[in-house]
Parts: sequence; structure tokens; C-alpha cells
Amino acid sequence: MPQTLHEIPPTPINTVNSANVKTGGWRAFKPVCDNSKCIKCWTCWKFCPDVSIAISEEGPVYDYDHCKGCGICAAECPVKCIQMVPENK
Amino acid sequence: MMAKLTIPEDEIMSPGHMGCLGCGATMAMRYVLKAAGRRTILSIPACCWAVMPGVWPNTCLQVPELYTPFETTGASAGGIRAALDALGKKDINVIGFAGDGGTADIGIQALSGAADRNDDILYIMYDNEAYMNTGIQRSGSTPIGAWTTTTPVGETDDWEKSPKKDMVSIMIAHRIPYVATATVGYPEDLIRKVKKALSIKGTKFIQIWAPCPTGWKMEPGLTVKITKEAVSCRAFNLLECENGVYKVTMKPQTTPLKDYLFKQGRFKHLPDDLIKELEKDLHMKYEDLLEMEKMTQARAAAREASKAPS
Amino acid sequence: MVKELLTGNKATAYGAMYARAQVIAAYPITPQTTIVEEIAELIAAKRLNTQYMKVESEHSAMAACVAASNTGARAFTATSSHGLALMHEVLMWAAGARTPVVLVNVNRAMGPPWSVYADHQDAMAQRDTGLIQYWCENNQEIFDTVITAFKVSENKDVLLPAMINQDAFFLSHTSEPVDLPDQEAVDQFLPSYDAPYKLDVDKPTGFGSFIMPPQYMEFRAHMAGGMENARALIRKVDKEWEELTGRSYGGMMDMYRCEDAELILFGAGTMMSTAKDVVDEMRKEGRKVGIARLRVFRPFPVDEVRYLADRARAIGILDRTFTFGYGGPLFNETNSQMYNYRNRPPTKNYIIGVGGRDVRKKHIRALFNDLEKVAKEGYGKEGEVHWWGLLDGSTPEVEL
Repeated sequence: MPQTLHEIPPTPINTVNSANVKTGGWRAFKPVCDNSKCIKCWTCWKFCPDVSIAISEEGPVYDYDHCKGCGICAAECPVKCIQMVPENK
Repeated sequence: MMAKLTIPEDEIMSPGHMGCLGCGATMAMRYVLKAAGRRTILSIPACCWAVMPGVWPNTCLQVPELYTPFETTGASAGGIRAALDALGKKDINVIGFAGDGGTADIGIQALSGAADRNDDILYIMYDNEAYMNTGIQRSGSTPIGAWTTTTPVGETDDWEKSPKKDMVSIMIAHRIPYVATATVGYPEDLIRKVKKALSIKGTKFIQIWAPCPTGWKMEPGLTVKITKEAVSCRAFNLLECENGVYKVTMKPQTTPLKDYLFKQGRFKHLPDDLIKELEKDLHMKYEDLLEMEKMTQARAAAREASKAPS
Repeated sequence: MVKELLTGNKATAYGAMYARAQVIAAYPITPQTTIVEEIAELIAAKRLNTQYMKVESEHSAMAACVAASNTGARAFTATSSHGLALMHEVLMWAAGARTPVVLVNVNRAMGPPWSVYADHQDAMAQRDTGLIQYWCENNQEIFDTVITAFKVSENKDVLLPAMINQDAFFLSHTSEPVDLPDQEAVDQFLPSYDAPYKLDVDKPTGFGSFIMPPQYMEFRAHMAGGMENARALIRKVDKEWEELTGRSYGGMMDMYRCEDAELILFGAGTMMSTAKDVVDEMRKEGRKVGIARLRVFRPFPVDEVRYLADRARAIGILDRTFTFGYGGPLFNETNSQMYNYRNRPPTKNYIIGVGGRDVRKKHIRALFNDLEKVAKEGYGKEGEVHWWGLLDGSTPEVEL
């Protein structure tokens, strides 16, 4: 974040990738995948609004720094291997 | 065994954006950018997407984006294209990305102007059926019966009384080369339509139905499910119209409107008789659409046949 | 170099052509209409190579220009009166986005009642939008200013849009001989626009997204700085243009016989040309009178106003509009620039020529006589703000 007038460009442009903003703190329920049941169809990856699921050989890898816990992945998983677990369990 | 991905893998929208839980509009952006690729310039007016990329100096969009006043998307996108043409820059997609209020209400004039000039742009209307960024006020795209903060349900049952503005027909009437609808529950279909639109020169219009769990008083996990129910109950029809020829791109088995409505708090007040009436109306519109499809396709085939050498 | 007989509106279109505007978006409105027509004719004649967007409103015209400028192209538009008012929101945007769009405004009265005649309310009401504001008195100046305005606005230390004002019909539809320089010389004077920040797929950035209170003020301070930088640059570019063409407009202010003037009338637009003629006549009679013509309203010519304050026994300020509250805008601005200055001669505000009403030589002469009284005796019963020539009998000595 620029600190002085001189460091701020004259034109209001955005140049910093928002990935530095950790939205994981918004989460009340955390998606947890049982990889032994995962069929690697990547439906969860496809529908994630927060781009917080990566693809791996073992199954989905959650980016908990950004996942807001909406639960779309759990709702859409065809084999129901994703559970939404309360954060303050 | 890894399954083949059904949509492009490149992520042009980064995480860390300000979209609510289960936001359909962010999914719409993610898919549109996957379809369009990185050689794309976005023009975004006041709407949820003016705020969602992040607070300055952050942005979740890894393509250049121009923020503009609320009602200017058509003119701004056209201006970007005019400048690219003047500077001799080719093979760049120009996409206007506006909400339903910015499209069907305040931005309809500039959109109509762009379509009238047939500016070479793709206009995306992401439709969450109300002014969501300002806090759920009714727009021209709010369907009959919906609760919003300006159509509250109280002693007078003062829910939304006017029908959802039919932007697709309005845009088809401009005789632009390509008009389509899509929804975030069917990303493969959405991406195919965006790619097709971008392959055509001139003004293209795609209305993407994008659920807003916050404004619809709905479980955020239901965003994808509700789009499928909306299509099957005929609340939102998936179609494309190329040079005036209609094609209904999805015709699932009809499901009861009630199942769709009652997953959303915004409709929970609706009495049975009104629901029956709404259902009848939606079915009638869907049948009209199938008739339009039959008629325009038959006439297109006849024109084609008359062109064939004898 | 050639000389052509051009109306103010044709001179405007020629200015855009010589400046090689790459994107022009405009919408017709009386009395600007012949600008959009002339641009179309120049394109049809293959004299002007530009992307011409025939938009559906002035709001869209400016929106398209801002977007084009943000993409890196030189953008131009023209409008008048209600069209300018409709643009208001996007004028703010153009300045905030730091896009050097140049706009020619044909000054016309605002309705109701409907009027298409000369009046300065349309432009003066846009004072705070962040546009550099130029005021012209003849067609040559319009042509020249379109070119010099791009040069000032596109400077990296300025990066602000500009509005060039010309009086409805008195200039827009009146033909005058205009010297047209060689295109090559103009190209050298005004190279193509090199935008320091632009929409670029190879270097993606966002333009103008949401910002929080700790930073918003800094961007406004940058805009204020750009406007301050414009002050010196306008003077410098005026000199460079003089070296190229022999024509100068005095930089920030056009002063006519002010060096030793005791009574000075200060105002904008074509009525000040008439006033210059009166000064010549009155000088022959031994009267020490002078004219200061507003050349740039934003940034405000502070030093120039103080130069007048050092000389004049009284300054009369002509406003072809009113701010509906107190006085005319030029009067109020001029007064506030003298308040903290060592010399503060009395000033009087003449609201005159509103809605296209003629301002003739005899009126100017009467104003000088009235100003002489102010210098000697102070204000009469009309006070310091006088609606000159109003049909209320307050100015009986002047026939309309």
C-alpha cells in the first residue's frame, strides 16, 4: 500500500492482485473432503465462486485463506464426499 | 484416473474478491473470462462488480478493466473499440459487463445506441434480478411477486407487481447478430455461447442469470441448484438467437414452480392462487418461445432452400 | 499555410482535423449541430481520418471519449448548453480518470424558457468538474485553441480534459477568415498522444475502482496539482504557438491596453471584442481605459487578476450569466482573488447580454462611465451587482 502522495499514481489504477486479501475469515462452515470417496470429477472446482479449489491427484485441495464456505461444492458433489464443518466446533 | 475438465483451466479471476458467499455474479465473471481469454478489455459500470474486484489498489481481474458511470456501458465499450480500431489494435475482445439495473433500467439508452451502431462489442448483462449492490432494491428485471427492500411485504402485500423486463426481445428487436441467455449452473453452455458471440463481429448480447443468495434470502450453497430449477420451471429460459433465428438450447422436463420459489425467502409470502397464475404465465411464454423457434427456423430453412441452385 | 473563410463551428471541426483526433463521439444540438455535420463532411471527403461515433446522447458522447482516451486514443467531442448539462456526470469522470479529452462547447442559454442564444451559464456551471476551461473571442482562436488545448491536456503533469467555449451564433454561425497552418507543422507541435496509463492487455490494470477514505483525497490532490501545473503550461504553449504561427492569446488572460488603464472591464467571449473597439475610441478621447478578456477560467488567472488590481482604480466585471444566490461567477471569483491581496480596487458586477441580448458599443461606453462613478463615489442605488439594461428602468441612460 502506498504511503505518501508521491507513491500514489496520478491516475487511479489498480495493479495489485487481490489474492493478498484473505477472505477465509468470512467462513462459518469449512468444506472438508473425504478423498477416499472422491471420484475426481472436478465439479467442486468448476463451481467454486472463490477460485479456492485446486486440482490434485488425491482430490480437491482447498485454499482456506480464501474459501468463504458458501457450500456450493458440498451441495453439488455427485458422491457427497464434501462435508461442511462448523468453524468453531 | 483424472477426469477431463469441461471448462478451460486458466483462472483469469483471482480469489480475494469481495463477492458474497455463493455469489452467482462472480461465477459469471469467472466463466466469461475463461471463455474470452486474456486478450480482453472489460468495461464495468456501477454494480456489484464495481466493488467486488477489491478495494484500491487491489483487483481480482487479471485483464484490463475500465470502471465507468452507471448508465454508460454501451457507450464506453463502444469507445474502447473505436480507440482500438484507431490505434490499429486487433484481436482484442471488448466486453461490457453490467448488472440488470445498469442494463434494463439506467443503461438501456447507451446499450440501445451501441446496438444501433452495431459496435463490435459483447455486452454481458449479469442478472440477479434487483439492485443488489445498493442493497436489494427492485429493478426492471425483478420478477413479479418478489420481495425487495423497495417492494416490501407488509399489510398491503406490496411485492413486485410488474413483470420482468424482457431484455432478450428488446435486444433481438435491434437486429444485432447474436443474442443469448445463459446461467452459471450450466457453465459449459455459458462458455460456448460467449465463445460463439466473440467469434461474431458486431454487437452481441448475453443475459446471464446469476443468483444472489444475499438478496434472494437463499442458502448460498444453493446457487447452482436454483439455476437448474429456474430453467426447468421456465422462470428463466436458455436460448440463443442468431440473426433472428431462435434456438431454445435447453428443454428439460417441466418441474413445479413452487419448488423453485420456496427455496428463496423473497417469494415465501406468495399465495397459492398467485403462484398458479404465475406458473400458467411462465408456461405460456415458454410455449410462445418454442413457437418462435419453430417459425424462425422453418423460415430460415426455406430461405436457404430458395438460395440453392436449381 | 492557407486562409479559409470559416464559421466558428467549421473552425472547430478543422481544429479537430488538424489535431488528428482519433476518436470523435458527438450528438447534435443547436447551435453546435454544424460541427457534427462538418466532421461528417470532412470524413466523407477523406480529409479527416477518425473513428466517428454517432452516439445517442451527449452523456454517451463523453462516456465514449473517456473510454477511448483511457484506451490511449486522442478523443474529441463538441456540444452546447443542455447537452453539456447532460454530460455533467461524465465531465467529472473524465477529469477523475485523468483523460485529456477536448470538448468544444458552443455557449447557449439554458431553458426554460427555451433559448438557443449566447449565454455563459452552461459552461460556468461546470466550473468544479475538473476541466480546463478556455474562452474564445473569434474563430481563429477556436481553431488554434483546439490544437493547443490537446498539447496542454496531454502533458503528463496535467492529464486533465479541456472545454473550449465559443459564443452561440456570434461565432458558431459567423464566418471569419482563419489562417490554417501546414499540417506538418501542427504534427510537430502536437505529436500523437502517448498515454502514460492505458487499458493494455499485455499490462492489465484496473481504472477507477472503489477506494477507501485514506486514499481518495490523494487522488483529488493530484487533480488539483494537475490543474495548477496547467497554469504555467498554458502560458508556455501559448508562446510556442506564437513562435509557430505568430498568434498569441496572452496565455491565461488577454489584456488589451491595460498597462496604464485606470478603469478596466473584465469579461469573457465576443462581447469583449466589441469592448476593445470602445477602448480604442475612448483612448482617443484621453480616457485611460482597458479590457481584460477571460481566456482561461479554470485554472483561474490569479496572477493576472492581481496585475489588474495593481493598476485599476475600479474593475467592472461582466457576467453573461448569474449564479442565483449572489452575483455572477466571474465577479465572485475575481473578488476572492483580490481579498488577500495588497491592492483591492472597488469592483462592480454587470450582469449583461444574458440569453443572447446584444452588447453594443454604447453599452460598453455606458459601463465605463458607470465604473468611473464607482471609482469616485462608490456604488449607486443599484449596489455592486447590476443587471445592466434590464427592463426595470434601473439603467435609464442606455437604449436597448
